[in-house]
Amino acid sequence: MSTPDELIQLTLNGDPHSLAAGATAADLVEELGLSGRRIAVEINEEIVPKSQLADTRLANGDHVEVVHAIGGG
Amino acid sequence: MTSLTDTPFTVAGRDFSSRLLVGTGKYKDFDETGAAIAQSGAEIVTFAVRRTNLGQDTEAPNLLDVISPKRYTLLPNTAGCYTAKDAVRTCRLARELLDGHNLVKLEVLGDDTTLYPNVVETLQAAETLLADGFDVMVYTSDDPIVARELEAMGCCAIMPLGSLIGSGHGIQNPHNVRLIIEQSQVPVLVDAGIGTASDAAMAMELGCDGVLLNSAIAHARDPLRMANAMKLAVQAGRDAFLSGRMPRRQTADPSSPFAGRING
Repeated sequence: MSTPDELIQLTLNGDPHSLAAGATAADLVEELGLSGRRIAVEINEEIVPKSQLADTRLANGDHVEVVHAIGGG
Repeated sequence: MTSLTDTPFTVAGRDFSSRLLVGTGKYKDFDETGAAIAQSGAEIVTFAVRRTNLGQDTEAPNLLDVISPKRYTLLPNTAGCYTAKDAVRTCRLARELLDGHNLVKLEVLGDDTTLYPNVVETLQAAETLLADGFDVMVYTSDDPIVARELEAMGCCAIMPLGSLIGSGHGIQNPHNVRLIIEQSQVPVLVDAGIGTASDAAMAMELGCDGVLLNSAIAHARDPLRMANAMKLAVQAGRDAFLSGRMPRRQTADPSSPFAGRING
């Protein structure tokens, strides 16, 4: 059982990122200052719907992508 | 004066009055993006999906604040994807981003020099996306056989290139585009290569259902004025197509009557 002091290592948008063990995807979005922003989250190549962010616990080694809309043709 | 009517542009069961679709890339800033797109009269607007820049100003305006999903029908693209797998992931991210909206522009590219479509990967991606419930408008080569395959699979619009993306070389093979138009039951749009208003008019005169462009407006010296030019060109080309142009002749045919000439 992990204690709150422990950290897990993610790959977030291609870069290493540390996060408290036990954190959820919603916690990560909050930490990034992106709560309420129009984003989409993918963990290990699977979409995590907005409605499930708070129920999705992150694990060591997870690959997380957080994307948004930008100009393009 | 009688009013001239046209059928709506219908794609994936949705009706639109504008036959010009525009992208949101390459603009100076969001103000210019919003103004040019409003001026173009476009109702369907494409955008790209990219990693959020972490650690930057999270209060900065977002593209979707400028191009509101309430006002426009948004068409996420898979630009930058070189494999079917990446294109499918991108479409699923876009669907999540837009709360379940399932209309996408599929493009799977072959290399970064030509940005030419990789039709093998495009066909694979289309199959997966269609099975997953997406409405797929597909960017492809101007090969009529590939276009026929994509339509048979269930793509809701076929979008052959006029010439290379961002090249501004216009429609290099109008004969192929016409072949695709004549065989297709779904809308055909020229997507890529449009450089100026006459290119857009030419696409519509060939019988395209619409035109999708980005750089021609964004990279014009005056994007707002070019947005207006494109709006008018698409309308003019559409009307010319519906009118049925006069036959071409090898010799002259005077517009003024021969009878009654003073030298007769």
